[in-house]
Amino acid sequence: MGNSLKCDLCGKPATVHLTQIVNNQIHKLDLCEECAAAKGVTDPTGFSLADLLVKTAGPATPDPSATQLVCEHCGFSQADFKKLGRLGCPACYERFRPILEPVLANMHKGVTHVGKVPARSIERRSIQEKISRLEEQLQAAIKAERYEDAAHLRDELASTRATFEIRSRAAATS
Amino acid sequence: MMSPKDPHPMLIAPLLEHTAPEPTESSAPKSSVVLSTRMRFARNLARFPFPGWAKEPQRRDVFAACVSAIAGSKEMKKGISGEMSDVTELEKQILFERHLISRDLMGMKTGSGFVISRDQACAVMINEEDHLRIQVIKPGFNFRRVWTAINSIDTQLEDSLDFAFSPTLGYLTACPTNVGTGMRASAMMHLPALVIAGQMDKVVRAVNQLGIAVRGLFGEGSDATGSIFQISNQTTLGESEEEILKRLTAVLNTVIEQESNMREHLLEKEPAKIFDKIGRAYGILRGAYVLSSSEAMNTLSLVRLGVDMQMLPPELRPAVDRLFMECQPGHIQYAAKRSIESGERDILRAALLRSEFEKVAPPAFTTHHDHPNEPS
Repeated sequence: MGNSLKCDLCGKPATVHLTQIVNNQIHKLDLCEECAAAKGVTDPTGFSLADLLVKTAGPATPDPSATQLVCEHCGFSQADFKKLGRLGCPACYERFRPILEPVLANMHKGVTHVGKVPARSIERRSIQEKISRLEEQLQAAIKAERYEDAAHLRDELASTRATFEIRSRAAATS
Repeated sequence: MMSPKDPHPMLIAPLLEHTAPEPTESSAPKSSVVLSTRMRFARNLARFPFPGWAKEPQRRDVFAACVSAIAGSKEMKKGISGEMSDVTELEKQILFERHLISRDLMGMKTGSGFVISRDQACAVMINEEDHLRIQVIKPGFNFRRVWTAINSIDTQLEDSLDFAFSPTLGYLTACPTNVGTGMRASAMMHLPALVIAGQMDKVVRAVNQLGIAVRGLFGEGSDATGSIFQISNQTTLGESEEEILKRLTAVLNTVIEQESNMREHLLEKEPAKIFDKIGRAYGILRGAYVLSSSEAMNTLSLVRLGVDMQMLPPELRPAVDRLFMECQPGHIQYAAKRSIESGERDILRAALLRSEFEKVAPPAFTTHHDHPNEPS
């Protein structure tokens, strides 16, 4: 292989052949020795073929809207998504929903999940949230000297904590 | 790639010493085409950035939390775990050749790693593209067994880990291609007759149109050495796991049928061509002195076809399936127990195969064979 391939940049016989997979797309590039050296291709693991392809195909036109959305949880931007094809954190799905929806519709059989649900995990999280909500209410009641409310809240907190403990213990031994 | 100066692996030794039970379903008709069934779940922890965007301290926290959760599951008792920064190149290569870790994970360092059960049926990668990639792999064609196992591990992990999950989008993953079920189910298919008949391109195109992907033995970007293909679902959102598996199974059954029909057809129309290919492959495995891994894979593949066509004894099939793995460069290097160059590797590979085939009688060339389609 390779004897009939020509350099993608100048047309001379190519001696350097590169293949990279970026976002599931196979990119191939054939270069002659001079062009490879001129482009700094000495170590194929240490450079990005995408940069070369972009240079070969002319500069990519920057999208003016590309920097608009940024995830407040992780700082990931819409431009990062365009570049990497991946998201920064779970919260990005909500933040980038407007641009993700058409992508998902195009990619999948539907846009709504209909499979397995992490039921135990969700239940545990909702109990934890309830506990912290009750703790806040209890503190507020004590501060406002509403002692009758505080007593009720303390009892409810105790029983919610007990439920949480039982569930956790059951989970640990199952 | 691997350096011949690597110290002898220690960490993964228990895995290599573990003799896996021979695949029991190997004699079932469908197992003549399906080598193994695999499923993987992509899972992430809520409140942490995905591995590709996380800072090193966050990656370390995720790694620690995941390792302790996974090691506590009953499937992983007596398993091994490792962080990529502590694993030698040769060990990485061997785990990759066994389909226990990915090429991407091999290039990662601190904060990325794996937990693998002793029988290697279950392997979890940590901080690869997602925080967790849970995999279960079993011999033969059996999605139900694989599903039961992976579902159980996943549910156990839920007890100690908070998975990133949205009621509308399901399990949230670094790449939108995996969101929803996070499930990729695949079968490793041996399709020599379709390859010999030049029909694979047609099969791949037809299957792709149904939202099913076809890849080579080592996944994305690998070629179809040994006529082995991985066929898997491409979509993960909008269908339940059950529906995805149903759709995939229907496609796989069609491919199995196509392969079986083509075997019949070739035997009927071009027996001399098929006999010659199988006979020559046998001859190479018995007598070659230098064998590259791709030539070894391709000759083993033809011998496996010879077993399926009842020209060679059925006991040979599990041995061939084991040799597919033991012929890979990392496994040859490991067996040598010293540093070797690639030229010597090809000589050692040939020696291994000669010794394995020494006692195997030559193929019986006959057109009288049972129909592989018929249920046994």
